[in-house]
Amino acid sequence: MTAPIVAARKVGKLFGEMAALVDVTLDVMPKEVVCIIGPSGSGKTTFLRCINQLERINSGALWVNGELNGFRRQGDLLHPLGEAEIARQRRVTGMVFQRFNLFPHMTALENIIEGPVHVLRRPPDEAREEARALLARVGLADKQSSFPAELSGGQQQRVAIARSLAMRPKLMLFDEPTSALDPELVGEVLAVMRDLASSGMTMIVVTHELEFARDVGDRIVFMDKGRVVETGPAAQLMASPRAARTQEFLRRVLTRG
Amino acid sequence: MTQAEGRAAAGLCVSDGDVGIDDTDIARLRHVRPRHYGRILAVLLIVLFAGFLIKSFAEGQIDWPEVGNYLTWPTILMGVVNTVWLSIASMAIGIALGVACAIARNSPNPVVRSAAIFYAWFFRGTPVILQLLIWFNLALVFPRLGIAGVWDVRTVTVITPAVAALLGFGLNEGAYVSEIVRAGLLSVDRGQYEAARSIGMREMKALRRIILPQAMRVVVPPLGNEFIGLIKMTSLASIVGFNDVLRSAQDVYYTNTKVIELLIVAAIWYLIVVSVLSFGQGFIERRFGRGFSGSGRR
Ligand SMILES: Nc1ncnc2c1ncn2[C@@H]1O[C@H](COP(=O)(O)OP(=O)(O)OP(=O)(O)O)[C@@H](O)[C@H]1O
Ligand SMILES: [Mg+2]
Repeated sequence: MTAPIVAARKVGKLFGEMAALVDVTLDVMPKEVVCIIGPSGSGKTTFLRCINQLERINSGALWVNGELNGFRRQGDLLHPLGEAEIARQRRVTGMVFQRFNLFPHMTALENIIEGPVHVLRRPPDEAREEARALLARVGLADKQSSFPAELSGGQQQRVAIARSLAMRPKLMLFDEPTSALDPELVGEVLAVMRDLASSGMTMIVVTHELEFARDVGDRIVFMDKGRVVETGPAAQLMASPRAARTQEFLRRVLTRG
Repeated sequence: MTQAEGRAAAGLCVSDGDVGIDDTDIARLRHVRPRHYGRILAVLLIVLFAGFLIKSFAEGQIDWPEVGNYLTWPTILMGVVNTVWLSIASMAIGIALGVACAIARNSPNPVVRSAAIFYAWFFRGTPVILQLLIWFNLALVFPRLGIAGVWDVRTVTVITPAVAALLGFGLNEGAYVSEIVRAGLLSVDRGQYEAARSIGMREMKALRRIILPQAMRVVVPPLGNEFIGLIKMTSLASIVGFNDVLRSAQDVYYTNTKVIELLIVAAIWYLIVVSVLSFGQGFIERRFGRGFSGSGRR
């Protein structure tokens, strides 16, 4: 049996008194595309941020690529990892943000080579060549010297995807990658993600695009109030959700759309 | 009130009735220049005042040829050089300390954070002239510096006027710069830190490569302002015996009594130095404005 890339075990996350995640248990296998859906405030973003260690969890455990996130366990003792180790663990995952977060003072190409050259210490020429190939892959071969401010939202998001891919991650996290985009730009970003999924990338996608979730997702996870309410094969969960809350959520979202 | 008057009052249409909506093209019609009576009056007053100033300086007891002479007098030039290097070196110390202090303010370690806050509080809370005097008189507290027995020197030989001035201005400037840099760091979107982390960067590298370059855009204009202030503040260094331009000018006029002439010479030099540095600031601003719309590319 292959090992999961992400194994969440009873993950709990508190913001002060507020429980943002409660007992979240989930496995994501290599090459799997898992889509997380759920109402606003249900903890979807928080879960992704915990996987990438932008937030620390309060209970349970998160395993990414076979390593325990944030700690080294020795018998019954936990040694918190240093900053350098955490940075190294983060390199396994790429993260695509809702608001792109491209580096505004760098061109598209510079954004993409920043990690490979300054974190992985790859030779700049090689990194540039690879970055051009990545830009071509996301359909932006002609935009390598444009600054983020000169690109449309959809173009910026595609550069952001390329920037993550340049680190050669084993897992890609997407946090509502299209929800900050004008409707006519959503398609181009989803197309890049479809292409990525079909190339065998392991992906966790938080999205409101139910059609995308059904077509591209292998599995859908429905979250509510910090808990995983239901998870199942994409087509099945969409067609015949079991939990009442899932049914209600889908009904609400589908009739709105 | 007639209908036309009503419309004119509302600022809608001031035409003669027979001119229609369709045959008006503001590019083809002749434009009547508006009269700005206020502006004309202002210009008149300014010209009058300038004329008065020039007249009084020309007629006043100022030996203009002497001003020209002393502008390049060796003592004066030495003073200019001293002022310039003291300003630049103090600013360099100030920026290094200020950036470190601003970063320390965001440290998770409360001791480091408090030390940074204390530093800024102390050096912003006391007059710089007092700080200069304390540094210069350090020997009264610590007669010798170094590690006793291993290596030490007499404090008076180390703390020359230049060193006292450098310490005084550098440390003082660092406290002000730290606040400016802190504001700059706050101006950078949190998402930038997260994006940097998500590509596996460590904190210090993220600061250096991603956050500080963006903060610089906001930091450079007030930093330029600080620098200009510092250049003029260096004239206080004469209190510990440092020979800046102003002090050199004074030294000369004590002997030849050409007081105003030499003060004008010093003023001209300050203006020159500040102008050159302001020019440099524009250059740096364009450099860090890269990627932000409106400012030059690359
Ligand atoms: N930094 C924070 N501090 C305090 N509370 C937070 C913080 N981040 C998130 N929360 C809270 O945690 C809960 C889960 O938030 P999260 O952003 O994960 O929801 P979400 O499912 O991504 O929602 P949305 O669909 O609106 O993006 C919310 O109630 C939110 O208010
Ligand atoms: Mg969210």
